[in-house]
Amino acid sequence: MKTDDLISLLAAGPVAVETDAVTRRYSSALGWGALGALFLMTILLGVRPDFWAATALPMFWIKLGVPGALAAGALPAAMRLSTPGRRLGRLPVMLAVPVAAIWGLAVLALARAAPGEREALVFGSTWESCLAYVALLSLPLFAAALWAMKGLAPTRLVLAGAASGLLAGSVAALVYALHCPEMDAPFLATWYLLGIFLPTVAGALIGPPLLRW
Amino acid sequence: MNSAEARLRELLLRGLAGDGTSYGRFLEALSTHLRAYLRKRLARLPDDVEDLVQESLLAVHNQRHTYAADQPLTAWVHAIAHYKLVDLLRRRAGREALHATLDETAEDEPGLFVASDADAADARRDLAVLLGRLPERMRLPIEHVKIEGLSIAEAARRTGMSEAAVKVGIHRGLKALAGMIRKKP
Repeated sequence: MKTDDLISLLAAGPVAVETDAVTRRYSSALGWGALGALFLMTILLGVRPDFWAATALPMFWIKLGVPGALAAGALPAAMRLSTPGRRLGRLPVMLAVPVAAIWGLAVLALARAAPGEREALVFGSTWESCLAYVALLSLPLFAAALWAMKGLAPTRLVLAGAASGLLAGSVAALVYALHCPEMDAPFLATWYLLGIFLPTVAGALIGPPLLRW
Repeated sequence: MNSAEARLRELLLRGLAGDGTSYGRFLEALSTHLRAYLRKRLARLPDDVEDLVQESLLAVHNQRHTYAADQPLTAWVHAIAHYKLVDLLRRRAGREALHATLDETAEDEPGLFVASDADAADARRDLAVLLGRLPERMRLPIEHVKIEGLSIAEAARRTGMSEAAVKVGIHRGLKALAGMIRKKP
């Protein structure tokens, strides 16, 4: 087939498309993914019993704020990486800010604590379940984010996969925070970030084989 | 912003809104720029140029829903052409040779619409043959609507498919075509 014939073929018939495909796909993905994670959290774990009392504490909001800020950076990053030729701009810096902030708070808390208390501040009493459940809750979000990207056109596949994983992990951590009783910065800085890191690495690994087009 | 960017963007946006004539003119002009761009970068594989022009045009068509009007068209097209070029070289040469030869920078981007080349060589791969291998539910809608020029409604009547199935068949068929190219270089 000659190139001119291919052009005629492509241009024949209805060629119109919806123009907001990226926004629409990510709205559905995030909606369904978050719903899945909330559902899993509710049936497997339940919201923390002292939820309303906890909302009066600043640490509760920091605990939502860190994954919330990561998600707020990961979503536009994933959307831009889904479109050919879009740049990330300042998004990597935006993503570094919440990480640096919680690490700063953690160092401060550890410095103030007596040497014997430090281990308890880092490990809390639920570190294994934090890690396991953030990773588990990220699965529906991860699948939804990859579905969104698969229908678009990512060209930098490692980064695109990683952004999908980061989005999934940070929203999952946000959902898990509604259950989690831990309230110390060193715990958050370690296990929340590790829990978010796992799907991010998984995304970077499966991005290239999965997202090709 | 150069004038080719403005003119091509205008044609594409009209095409995305449903104007097939403008869309065809967009693809024609784009093919000359893609040919110049790829010929320069595939100096050692001249026989692959026209195949890659066609593959890139198909990719632009299949991914046209990802173009947003607020984005420079040059950057969007460049990223697609570059992606398909890297994909081809990866299939040809394996990973090692790649990074050394294709370490492109952003400075290359504005160049894409500067040069054009209307001198099409013959493609080695015949897309018509690949189209013939598609399953019927994709092949028939493409043949009736895209090659014979029937409307969706006429094609639906002719094939006994629903109009929605005809549209889905065209869409999936062209995606499947791109998939066949990717698997069999």
